Amino acid sequence: MSDTKRLKEQILAISGVNPRKCMKCGKCSGACPAYDEMEYHPHQFVAMVEDGRIDQLLASDSLWMCLSCFACVERCPRQVEPAHLIEGVRLALIRQQNQNHLHAEDIPPKLNDALPQQAIVSAYRKYSK
Amino acid sequence: MTYSYYPGCTLKNKARELDDYARRAAAKLGVTMEELPEWQCCGGVYPIAKDEIATKLSSVRALMAARDAGQDLLTLCSACHHVLKRVNHDLQTDEAVQTKVNNYLAPEQPYTGETKVIHYLEMLRDVVGFENLKKQVVNPLKGMKIAPYYGCLLLRPSAVLAMDDPENPAIMEDFIKAIGATPVAYPYRNECCGGYVAMEAPEYACKRCNAINASAASFGAEAIITACPLCMYNLRQNAADPLPVYYFTQLLARALGVEEDEA
Repeated sequence: MSDTKRLKEQILAISGVNPRKCMKCGKCSGACPAYDEMEYHPHQFVAMVEDGRIDQLLASDSLWMCLSCFACVERCPRQVEPAHLIEGVRLALIRQQNQNHLHAEDIPPKLNDALPQQAIVSAYRKYSK
Repeated sequence: MTYSYYPGCTLKNKARELDDYARRAAAKLGVTMEELPEWQCCGGVYPIAKDEIATKLSSVRALMAARDAGQDLLTLCSACHHVLKRVNHDLQTDEAVQTKVNNYLAPEQPYTGETKVIHYLEMLRDVVGFENLKKQVVNPLKGMKIAPYYGCLLLRPSAVLAMDDPENPAIMEDFIKAIGATPVAYPYRNECCGGYVAMEAPEYACKRCNAINASAASFGAEAIITACPLCMYNLRQNAADPLPVYYFTQLLARALGVEEDEA
């Protein structure tokens, strides 16, 4: 099995997503509040994982733009769950050695008196392993 | 009515008033909130990946403690509610998660999602009843125009959260009416505030919150209510000309006449 194929299998397994269910209506990207911030949009994540163009996704800041708001999951007419796939790609990266997006030592300067604990634990859970 | 209650980390710290007003209001309404004797942070975000187990255990421990107490588990923070409810759903429906979690924790009685997780707003609607709540209001917030802000976590995915219609919810509007105020209809009530990007990319959260705040203001809102400490933070810190933002429990306590009581 090629590396790309293995990576794809891994992402599909941990996300539980079957990109072949997608009928390419684009509703996920239409609903996405992160659309303007993303190089690759939710519908492109679905297509690119299916096509094995995963390296481009792994190298893109789009990974960190998804807000996990589940608008795409709610509105997909085919129950593809694009946000779950984006999480799968993000994990495929940060589960590797030295690939954390947020480092514990970078957190203190970002704190302020009003910032809730919830913001810190959520970001750390999303961006680091 | 007595509930096991899971406050969550933020409610013991930056969002103390969300918890405090909820307890005062519950006492007035005859609802007993018994905080779990031991609980751990839920992690703030639901671990989506199918193979995540360790990150779900703190939720399972809380769910199991409520089951062992023979009580439903009451939640208040939108994020805790979201995480606990979805982890509970996994334990009900995903055999692999069920097996691994029970193998690891080895409880006397295996946990398979028996606990009912109920959000404070659902408790007001389904147990107290908004009609009954209305009768107990001593200080109706007459004339106050309030924008209900649901955000993402309370409603989606609706197949699991099952609180209300995810695109056209009514629970917060009905709550606002019950305390004598007027709900404002505006299109951004279930849009994301930016959530956890607040720390990493505040300018990104600003864009989201400006859109929400401006929309609420343009439809005549004088204030916004939320159940989420992170939405509260983002709307207050990251919106231009922010409207006042309240936890829904503060206005509930005000309407019930217990806002200023000793805690």
